[in-house]
Amino acid sequence: MTTVDEPAVAPEERPIGFGRMKRKEDPRFVRGKGRYVDDIKLPGMLHGAVLRSPFAHARIVSIDTSAAEAHPKVRAVVTGETLAGLGLAWMPTLSMDTQAVLATDKVRFQGQEVAFVVAEDHYAARDAIELIDVEYEPLDAVVNARHALAPEAPVVRDDLEGRTDNHIFDWEAGDADATEEVFARADVVVGQTMLYPRVHPAPLETCGAVASMDPVDGRLTLYSTTQAPHAHRTLYAMVAGLPEHKIRVVSPDIGGGFGNKVGIYPGYVCAIVGSILTGRPVKWMEDRSENLMSTSFARDYHMTGEIAATREGRILGVRVKVLADHGAFNSTAQPTKYPAGFFHIFTGSYDIEAAHCAVTGVYTNKAPGGVAYACSFRVTEAVYLIERMVDCLADELGADPAELRMLNLLRPEQFPYENKTGWTYDSGDYPACLRKALDIAGYEELRQEQREKRARGELMGIGLSFFTETVGAGPRKHMDILGLGMADGCELRVHPTGKAVVRLSVQTQGQGHETTFAQIVAEELGIPPEDIDVVHGDTDQTPFGLGTYGSRSTPVSGAAAAVVARKVRDKARIIAGAMLEVAPDDLEWTKGRWSVKGDPAVTRTIQEIALAAHGSLELPDGVEGHLEATTVYNPPNLTYPFGAYICVVDVDPGTGTVKVRRFVAVDDCGTRINPMIIEGQVHGGLADGVGMALMEIIGFDEDGNCLSGSFMDYLLPTALEVPAWELDHTVTPSPHHPIGAKGIGESATVGSPPAVVNAVLDAIGVRHADMPLTPSRVWQALDRGEVEAPQ
Amino acid sequence: MQVPASFDYERARSVDEALELLRRHGEEARVVAGGHSLLPMMKLRLAGPEVLIDINDLTELDHIDLVGDELRVGALTRHRALLESESVGRYFPIVHDAERVIADPPVRNRGTIGGSLCQADPSEDLSAVCGALHARAVIRGAEGERVVSMADFHQGPYETAVGVGEMLVEVRIPVLPGAGSAYEKVERKAGDWAVAAAGVALTLREGRIADAGVGLAAVGAGALNLHAVQTLMNGSEPSEALYEEAGRVASANCSPVTDSRGSEDYKRHLAGELTRRALRRAVARAARSTAREA
Repeated sequence: MTTVDEPAVAPEERPIGFGRMKRKEDPRFVRGKGRYVDDIKLPGMLHGAVLRSPFAHARIVSIDTSAAEAHPKVRAVVTGETLAGLGLAWMPTLSMDTQAVLATDKVRFQGQEVAFVVAEDHYAARDAIELIDVEYEPLDAVVNARHALAPEAPVVRDDLEGRTDNHIFDWEAGDADATEEVFARADVVVGQTMLYPRVHPAPLETCGAVASMDPVDGRLTLYSTTQAPHAHRTLYAMVAGLPEHKIRVVSPDIGGGFGNKVGIYPGYVCAIVGSILTGRPVKWMEDRSENLMSTSFARDYHMTGEIAATREGRILGVRVKVLADHGAFNSTAQPTKYPAGFFHIFTGSYDIEAAHCAVTGVYTNKAPGGVAYACSFRVTEAVYLIERMVDCLADELGADPAELRMLNLLRPEQFPYENKTGWTYDSGDYPACLRKALDIAGYEELRQEQREKRARGELMGIGLSFFTETVGAGPRKHMDILGLGMADGCELRVHPTGKAVVRLSVQTQGQGHETTFAQIVAEELGIPPEDIDVVHGDTDQTPFGLGTYGSRSTPVSGAAAAVVARKVRDKARIIAGAMLEVAPDDLEWTKGRWSVKGDPAVTRTIQEIALAAHGSLELPDGVEGHLEATTVYNPPNLTYPFGAYICVVDVDPGTGTVKVRRFVAVDDCGTRINPMIIEGQVHGGLADGVGMALMEIIGFDEDGNCLSGSFMDYLLPTALEVPAWELDHTVTPSPHHPIGAKGIGESATVGSPPAVVNAVLDAIGVRHADMPLTPSRVWQALDRGEVEAPQ
Repeated sequence: MQVPASFDYERARSVDEALELLRRHGEEARVVAGGHSLLPMMKLRLAGPEVLIDINDLTELDHIDLVGDELRVGALTRHRALLESESVGRYFPIVHDAERVIADPPVRNRGTIGGSLCQADPSEDLSAVCGALHARAVIRGAEGERVVSMADFHQGPYETAVGVGEMLVEVRIPVLPGAGSAYEKVERKAGDWAVAAAGVALTLREGRIADAGVGLAAVGAGALNLHAVQTLMNGSEPSEALYEEAGRVASANCSPVTDSRGSEDYKRHLAGELTRRALRRAVARAARSTAREA
């Protein structure tokens, strides 16, 4: 295992291939010329709006739509009863459950979809919603997952036959007996209960769709905010019985996804039904409150962890019991085999003898979804658990958290490393990464400063986190969503003049695919990135694949792009051989050209080869003309980005206010394609982490009313809450990925929350307090040494 | 996008015309100035006025004037103008303290002092500031003007002394020699409403505190003038012991409730802590202005 340095590239130098370059998509974004779903206006388009439940749990006694239907601008009113007539009142979720499109029997969370109005304009649709009279019979609500399995708890899903409780699944990983054995002989065992609260992806663009069913040719075109257009198309075909070849799903510019746009929401289905019923295009765009209250949340994991170690601090084992709140319908998005996602990577970055986890999923009267939000399928929860447990152990032992981590980190020679819950970590040099972060932070000096400040009664904290991600889902034999394997296609065509178009199955929501993928092809073919058009987000224009989430674009589709470019390069070699009248084996590749071995002056550029491929050149037998290729990439393993994060905070002892003073992030995502884009992703993820640690929560009152339905109540951090980030990196390429890249999209979101929390707890000298660490909660923890879990 | 129900819109060209429109449309009419509270409430359909009377053209209400021994601030004065006003900063540093932490620059560019006071949100900052400064509000109606104290103006959450057919036209703040003031606020993030906040204004006369005003925000009704603290302070010499006691009394004389911003006991703690801090800074500023005036 070697750590390689990134070649220095002057910022002004435009790379042909990897390196720092400005994003190709930004000229349209910075000019305000992006084209989002809400920018789409089709001739004759109508507007839809959703009536939502005011109750968390209530029986629907009656729905009277007559006044809404009488509104002069209303063209259709759709209820659960209408949908039941079409067989569409319920739809399958990504976790093999069912979810109500529009409620028929009862409502199961506040904000649930009850009726859909289609009108001539958005204002009229909203007005008409208020004319619908729904009579509800309120029921007791299950709000806290910890009470969901009590015998007296109301049953959320009485629609499911034979269902008498709120239990969804039990799932476990690791070896319970082996873990018990190491715990029995450990010198020290530390336990801690913690909640990773329910948070929300909160993309700037909310979810929405424009559905256009052509009544003549039966073709449905659906513009929608989706991170997975192909998967959605297949699901619409399966759910609605529409023929797949007659469905076109277009995901135009997307204003942030973070997992929020992986699932299919009732509003999309309603827009389709609205278009079928009226024969006109229908736009539905949810507002901010609808987005926060009804679409995919994330986390909501009640975890009880235990860590076992020797007196010297060698970690022997970790085990955890989890109660997972999945809301009213189990619609989390994750590979079928793994109902708790990849949570079982909770052994983290450490050399541990045994581990075990047991996860129980429950229904509650809260919005469905889950797993979304830059979490790599629950790696966020796993990293939070282990990084908090390590700090709890340090606290118990009186050990320095950095030294304790260094003592237990996996060593470079242990890779590829089989962890105790079934993962094979591909590569890494963890100690070098942590050492680099400690050096940048000036760790010893910070501890000295902290000692001096403590003596003066000032509260300063230093928090660490060392995370290992598992991304790039995934190998087809292990991973599918609703039976669709998680491989991705890619098509590359080089035009006669040497310009190229690459068609992806993944869809950008801001990650910069139009640049990164052009750079991948450029690196392989030597065609400048600006000469390569990246097409994505339209099922009519792109090959099949499962979409962008779980940091899978570069690990899976990025590999596909490299492979397809290599296929084109191989074909170019044959054509160059024909052009130069030499055997292809006598040619050697330097970036952008094939040359005769030992005689580099005899050469053909990729552009010359492209023209010849389309011309009259006689090609060898069996070689077709033109210069193009396709591929489907099935990843042999996941990739394992990692990083060391250090956060420094100051806490005002009189008010509990936390100021994040510094944040050092050393990331390793393997080969770095565009460092500027990587840094942007890390900046965003770190801000996310500060937000979750300090202020974000989707809260509920005891009746299940959502308390976080606007940005006045669901707080997102701004530039004023975050420090100037101090970034650096190490590079350990993935050995199984064609270009050695591991993915970076979620690293910072996954890795940063425990660093911030550890820093705050270090400052106030309290072993544990649940997020969000608002001033009120920090003050209570300071005052009493603990603070109750948030609701 | 959240959209309001339909409403009529009138744009007033003078205060008299605005008053005439208010009289004509009665309780169904609302004045809109900056619109940063009213419009979101309309979009959420928590407010549904039938008529909006836009007063943004009434430049006669947009002024900051020193008249005799008081500063007269027109109701349409934007937060930004208050923040940029040198005389406001010189005489009432508490206003600049508060304005720096009210919402964000785009809101401060549009929002007005009159709108803030008339919205009467219990967490609103300028009500506590004006309470601490013993400001008076000028309300104009068909019958002419009346001048009321802040305590009388602010009648409870979202309720003011402004009646149907009336509008707030001016805020008057007494300019006193040897004055010092300060505002302290805890928020969960920049631009958030206060978890709790405390404003203190006072003068120093021969080393003793006079004209004390203490106003708290976000800790329940009736805290815009904390008489118990003011009485304690007036005539006392500044000391850490006094600040401690003032904080204790402030803490005991408010009525916060637990919500997602914080627990009741935390807010009560903040009422004391922030009163102490504001008091300390107000005294230091008063000492400086006394020295400057001498």
